[in-house]
Amino acid sequence: MIKKFVIILITTLTLITNVNAGSDGDLILKKNDPAEVKDCFEGLNRATFAFNQALDGIIFKPVAAVYKKLPSPVKTGVSNSVNNLSNLVTIPNNILQGDFRLAGINTGRFLVNTTIGILGFVDVAQYLGMAEYEKEDYGQSLAKAGVGPGCYIVLPVLGPSTARDTVALGANFLGGDAWYNVTVRNDTHYFRDVDYYSSKITSGVDFRAKNYDSIENLKENSLDFYASVKSLYLQDRQQKIANTKAIIKTLNDNDWEEIENN
Amino acid sequence: MKIKNYLFTLIIYILSTHIVLAIQPDIFVQSTVNRASKVLSENVSKEEKINELKKIALETVDIKGIAFYTLGAKRKTLDDDQKKEYVKLFNDYFLKSFSSRLAEYTNPEIDVLGKEVLNKNYTIVNSLLKGTSERPEVKIDWRIYTKYSENPLIRDLIIEGLSLARTQKEEFASILNSNNDDINALFKTLKKFSEN
Repeated sequence: MIKKFVIILITTLTLITNVNAGSDGDLILKKNDPAEVKDCFEGLNRATFAFNQALDGIIFKPVAAVYKKLPSPVKTGVSNSVNNLSNLVTIPNNILQGDFRLAGINTGRFLVNTTIGILGFVDVAQYLGMAEYEKEDYGQSLAKAGVGPGCYIVLPVLGPSTARDTVALGANFLGGDAWYNVTVRNDTHYFRDVDYYSSKITSGVDFRAKNYDSIENLKENSLDFYASVKSLYLQDRQQKIANTKAIIKTLNDNDWEEIENN
Repeated sequence: MKIKNYLFTLIIYILSTHIVLAIQPDIFVQSTVNRASKVLSENVSKEEKINELKKIALETVDIKGIAFYTLGAKRKTLDDDQKKEYVKLFNDYFLKSFSSRLAEYTNPEIDVLGKEVLNKNYTIVNSLLKGTSERPEVKIDWRIYTKYSENPLIRDLIIEGLSLARTQKEEFASILNSNNDDINALFKTLKKFSEN
């Protein structure tokens, strides 16, 4: 079953995406436009989404509710620590995207925060005036290289993704994440598997707690919660790939202009 | 000479009237936010707050414009009666959804930071919702419809880069898609939400 799924996934990715290393920004934006991303496995995705919702109700939501009540400095410290670890995926991706300057800054950030910042608990780099931290991953690097997103996919536990980003996720487990390498992949005697998995669970709880009210609000006021989450995820992804905070660059104004004629 | 003087006075009058009546989008957003904050910080019941927020929304949001935008290409296939019914249903849905979302906040502090004029019809106003111990600060951009500069209207809220109108549009498209593109299915869903 898993083998079949992987074959379908790879075939879909191959068929739908096309690699064009010379893509310019506009083409990348167009390829990653949420309206262009097909929901090829909608039935399966909705079932997985329902499963994830159930899991959230049983585990993540109650844990996040308790976590939310912790004192602010503790929450900020935990958030900083998991962000600091994510540098280990961000830095190689800065390099893959040809952004060597940012790779240097993030390496400095990681070193300073891990040492002076007590394992990343304190974001010393921020106080030193380093550029604001932006996470990068292998999915974003593939997108930058011109690979389209392929179909929309909802992964069990991990949530929304695309065919491209799911395949790219594999890079983390094949040596692309130094934190995974020193905890799970190699026996370094310093870390254990549990360190990796607990950091990932903490990161999930931290995200859920930060967005606790927004998620509950959206759930309550959505006519189709699945469609809302899909739209928000794909919009967020498009923006991260474009590496822009200027929202007008990622929004198509044509639809707004068209309604003038009504 | 008299005619020349008259024309000159007329032009000055028109220009000055225009200047007086035009409302800057950023000032419009800050004043709207201040009005909503005042309502939210008042010591009244949630129901009263919701009613007041609905009044503010009716005056400051282009609900009809958002309604047509969120319907996407489907709006071109509707006849006049269907359009009328849709706008009414959307209006009810929007006011309920919008006010209940907002009523959860108590005294939100929003600072307008700047604006970017896109064209004569649209300006994006940038603002920041200050963080609390419960939630981090949130960047909110407002798409303001400025075609009638004396009466600017909100057409979209873009929270941390995510457009609410676009999300709504894709949600409606999904409902239509799951129901063989039948507009009545969307009408039914909107009605059900508003009645609950």
